[in-house]
Amino acid sequence: MTTAIRPHGNDSSRPRADGTAALLRELVAHLRKNRTQLREEWARRITESKLLTAMTREEIFAEATSVYDNYVEVLETGSVEALQAYARNLSERIIPRGVETHEVLGIVLLLRDVLARSLFKKYQADFALLNAVLDAYEPAANRIANTVAVGFVQERERIIRQQQEAIRELSTPVLQVRDRLLILPIIGVIDPHRARQLTEQLLRGIRANRAKVVVVDITGVPSVDATVANHLVQTVDASRLMGANVIVTGLSSEIAQTLVTIGVDLSKINAVGDLQGGIEEAERLLGYTVTTPEPKPSEVKA
Amino acid sequence: MRVPILKQSQYVIASIQSALSDEDLLQLRDDLVQNVGRYRSRGVIVDVTVLDVMDSFAVRTLRAIAHMIRLRGAETVIVGIQPEVAFAMVQLGLTLEDVTTALDLEEGLAYLNHQMAGAAHVK
Repeated sequence: MTTAIRPHGNDSSRPRADGTAALLRELVAHLRKNRTQLREEWARRITESKLLTAMTREEIFAEATSVYDNYVEVLETGSVEALQAYARNLSERIIPRGVETHEVLGIVLLLRDVLARSLFKKYQADFALLNAVLDAYEPAANRIANTVAVGFVQERERIIRQQQEAIRELSTPVLQVRDRLLILPIIGVIDPHRARQLTEQLLRGIRANRAKVVVVDITGVPSVDATVANHLVQTVDASRLMGANVIVTGLSSEIAQTLVTIGVDLSKINAVGDLQGGIEEAERLLGYTVTTPEPKPSEVKA
Repeated sequence: MRVPILKQSQYVIASIQSALSDEDLLQLRDDLVQNVGRYRSRGVIVDVTVLDVMDSFAVRTLRAIAHMIRLRGAETVIVGIQPEVAFAMVQLGLTLEDVTTALDLEEGLAYLNHQMAGAAHVK
């Protein structure tokens, strides 16, 4: 059999592929036979390397068992689908516990090494056969490591995307306070992407609520740069094109200084000190008057 | 396509129905300036709700219309600029600075009525 799969042989690929399959079968049998011992060896090496510190020994052993069985199955069937699903499921469970990418990659590579070592031991007498076995084993093992790592990273990215989406939606509420009056409280740092989104949301809000005055409150914004300041001016302009007046409130002294230093054209910005003042100004523009009602006699008594 | 121009009490309303070529825009400008005199109108509303693109020529022509109408003794309101269009215009620096804008036809009419009544107004 060794001659048939020797890399330098002039055989066509067919017998070689058969040879590889036969070797993999032998490999799988070997891994099944030594399952307990190899698994323990692997779990020990994981603990030794201080990987997966967020998990208990028992958990590591349980996961190691599942990964090991999946691993052997991939070697046997050559299909990574089951492993992919498992990797995704595993990632879902361990990411919230703070397991890092290097740990996941580390344990898969450890398993690869543990198994490779056991192959060395088994075939050390026959160098040619060992080579052939490794030829069959290595691509499969690398593919597995790849699958698990990619699965983990993809899951992480999916979670990050989901959270970004959530933050984005939370961060830009456009609220109606009175008929035709909207407020847009901005909290936190504005990056260009968020600035753009704020504008879009505001313009849509103006149309949906038929707003005439918008109070943009930036009390919660620690600082702005030139790009964002410019965007603010653009937002004011765009709102005006839609027939709405914009009042900016809560400009901190730092931001005011920045704006003046940058040289932003402030002539178009209607700024009022705080949100209360802004809403009062807006009410004045809309023709509202707020009055305290005369106390009723019954209330006076109380 | 020629833009239909409607007379409505003291105002004329130009309601744009489809995307306009440069010639159409110039035609609209000429028609409006003439009609304001013919109907002795006090206000003009240009409804651009259907436009999903506004290039610099269109913006310049709208401004020209507003200025000419002012010289003819009436006021112009541009209504119905879509959010995406507004954003794109501002990014291109086309802000229609000295022209009155309003959300839609109803708002535009309300603004003109307010102006005609001579009361203090929300710009």
